[in-house]
Amino acid sequence: MAKKLHDTPNLDQLESGPWPSFVTGLKHLAKDKDYVVDLLGQLEESYKTKKGYWKGGTVGVFGYGGGVIPRFTELKNEDGSPKFPDAAEFHTLRVMPPPGMHYDTNTLRKFCDIWEEHGSGLIAFHGQSGDIMFQGATTENVQKAFDEFNEMGFDLGGAGPAVRTSMSCVGAARCEQSCYNEAQAHRAVLNTFLDDIHRPSLPYKFKFKFSGCPNDCMNSVQRADMAVIGTWRDNIRTDEALAKKWFAKHGMDELVNDVVARCPTKAFQVKEISKIKSGEHISSVKVSDTHAVEIDNQDCVRCMHCINVMTGALAPGKDKGATVLVGGKSHLKIGGLMGTVVLPFIKLDTEEEVEKLVDFAQRTIDFFAENALEHERTGEMIERIGLANFLDAMEVEVDPAMVNSPRMNPYVRTDGWDEEVAKINAKKQAA
Amino acid sequence: MNQAVQAAPAAKRKPKETGVPENTQYLHPTLAKNYGNWKYHDRPRPGVLHHVAHSGDEVWSVRAGTQRQMDVYTIRKLCDIADKFAEGRVRFTIRSNIEFIVSDEKKVAPLIAELEKSGFPVGGTGNSVTMIAHTQGWLHCDIPGTDASGVVKALMDELYEEFRREEMPNRVHLSTSCCEINCGGQADLAIIVQHTKPPVINHDLVANVCERPTVVARCPVAAIRPAMVNGKPSLEIDESKCMCCGACYPPCPPMQINDPEFSKLAIWVGGKNSNARGKPTFMKMVAAGLPNNPPRWPEVSAVVKRILTVYKEDARGWERLADWIDRIGWPRFFEKTGLPFTKYLIDDWRGSRYNLNASAHIRF
Repeated sequence: MAKKLHDTPNLDQLESGPWPSFVTGLKHLAKDKDYVVDLLGQLEESYKTKKGYWKGGTVGVFGYGGGVIPRFTELKNEDGSPKFPDAAEFHTLRVMPPPGMHYDTNTLRKFCDIWEEHGSGLIAFHGQSGDIMFQGATTENVQKAFDEFNEMGFDLGGAGPAVRTSMSCVGAARCEQSCYNEAQAHRAVLNTFLDDIHRPSLPYKFKFKFSGCPNDCMNSVQRADMAVIGTWRDNIRTDEALAKKWFAKHGMDELVNDVVARCPTKAFQVKEISKIKSGEHISSVKVSDTHAVEIDNQDCVRCMHCINVMTGALAPGKDKGATVLVGGKSHLKIGGLMGTVVLPFIKLDTEEEVEKLVDFAQRTIDFFAENALEHERTGEMIERIGLANFLDAMEVEVDPAMVNSPRMNPYVRTDGWDEEVAKINAKKQAA
Repeated sequence: MNQAVQAAPAAKRKPKETGVPENTQYLHPTLAKNYGNWKYHDRPRPGVLHHVAHSGDEVWSVRAGTQRQMDVYTIRKLCDIADKFAEGRVRFTIRSNIEFIVSDEKKVAPLIAELEKSGFPVGGTGNSVTMIAHTQGWLHCDIPGTDASGVVKALMDELYEEFRREEMPNRVHLSTSCCEINCGGQADLAIIVQHTKPPVINHDLVANVCERPTVVARCPVAAIRPAMVNGKPSLEIDESKCMCCGACYPPCPPMQINDPEFSKLAIWVGGKNSNARGKPTFMKMVAAGLPNNPPRWPEVSAVVKRILTVYKEDARGWERLADWIDRIGWPRFFEKTGLPFTKYLIDDWRGSRYNLNASAHIRF
């Protein structure tokens, strides 16, 4: 039995209503833990005053420089003692999840037992970077909890100016749209940078995310300094039985309005069967006895829309791989940035091919470490130096797939033009 | 400010730098067997995905909402359900929904019944309003302007039925962020703190707590400069330049940006990460000045629901919020939602000319 709960009239109002309540959960923990009684006390004070009361500090585990988010209370009495002394320290351990965030219940139960013993008993699945967040431990208990998680085969994630914890989608484990082995790439890349994860020493954070197809369920394009997004080069595959089944259920209106009209490059047409073209870059499939769809794959940008609507009837091709985009980030300091295409297509079928991605990631991080200003993200660095200079350093050939359009202003010195053209021609001839 | 406290290691155990663990050991056996070999999926009902492999194997994934910040009792309850009905395996989605995977269709209905009986709503698939991506807020963040879990709980109570149904034109992703850093990320609809006054500086503390050049460099509009105040080295702000983003606050807590009254909430719409149809889009601010009003933020909920109600009625099939606005145009968006279009919504940040209408394209 823990001490008596503080009055929490504000938080109490978050116990009603149908959605699961974190307040009810905290109160359950508070039955046995003075720690959580005082946490609720401090949180109620925030609800009353509309102010936060945690400050950072330096807490870690032996051998690592990051992975723990320290929190000390700033809610003090006049004599400087904490108002809620049992929750005066409330540190979080960031632990890296397995790719795709799969668990067996045995593992989850062990997490619970460890965190009930050493921490608050509050766990978030998962934080915005993908970490399992074990929320709330005293300075003394951080090491004890980590040792036990670590013995289970789990490791701390990133915090501060470090390579951060990554996320990958469910991908090949359950999704028909998966275009590479996300889990393999995720582990191969991240586990190369363990030193940069555990000992923060980069100019600022660096995030990788892995999405198996252009639906980008990991939101990598706007959240990752390096986004690896699955795609394919050959034609969309078709399945006549499933196409006819889809059409029988949805009909011509939906085919025209939801699919044909929504194809961003008008690569998707519906035609009478006799008018369907054939050719190297054409995918077609009958949807009824009279009509078929025809996709010109050279015009297709692999947006996924038609495949999402007619899943199974249409599917990504077989020559799969990924597009790599660099420089995504959120608002601060120059405004949000989407990642931009740096590698239009790479294969990721074999270990050697995955190794090439790892090598590219390594060179990007090295360049970032050398060239970014303090607190500058990769996207900001590229904006400052220009994409062409970044590509040059990465030894990546320029490609029109990297731009929305060529430049719209004349403010560039072009006296190296002939030399560049000669280089391109020489390469063409050598190929 | 940095309070140097070393975790006193009981014994100097060296960490095992094992990194990201293998996931094969945690996969449901049918997923492991058909890894990379799935053919298609459909959704027999809201909250259930049915995947079919090329081998003919099938799995049903039942998705349920959680509060994300879970106590161990809640997690153990979910484990009990997984052991009893779902072969002891679960996974989590990026939006903190939990998925139970079963290889026997007969187990789906009892699993759903058990989840709902235990207070976990089943849904969040397809064209639903799924769980809100959220951050830490007052519970754990060191710089929050508001709470996160509470905002989400209050809003999901209001959107509960939309989570359990698939009645929206397309999927709806929401996020909340407790400061302008926007950890919640891009979403169809996002709620983000928007400060309206420059930080209040505690000049007694700046010299001891802040690395002044770092703070000066952090300001996006170069509004901060070093100054002597009351004989102490401190910082001052050119308030005519300051746009109240709060970027100076994390490196220098004496520059207090959070204010119970003047830290407001703003609503943003039209963010999309997927490449489906159009390219990914950033969200746009459509409302600001909403009060930070715990414990249930009713003014925010009202605007969110108003936007979603109009979107639900007006958008066509497969139109995400951004696609819908692309079709109807911004004037009609503001007209239909009844939200005021003020001068503060006209972009004047770098690159802003691309956001102006440089054409005669106007809908009447």
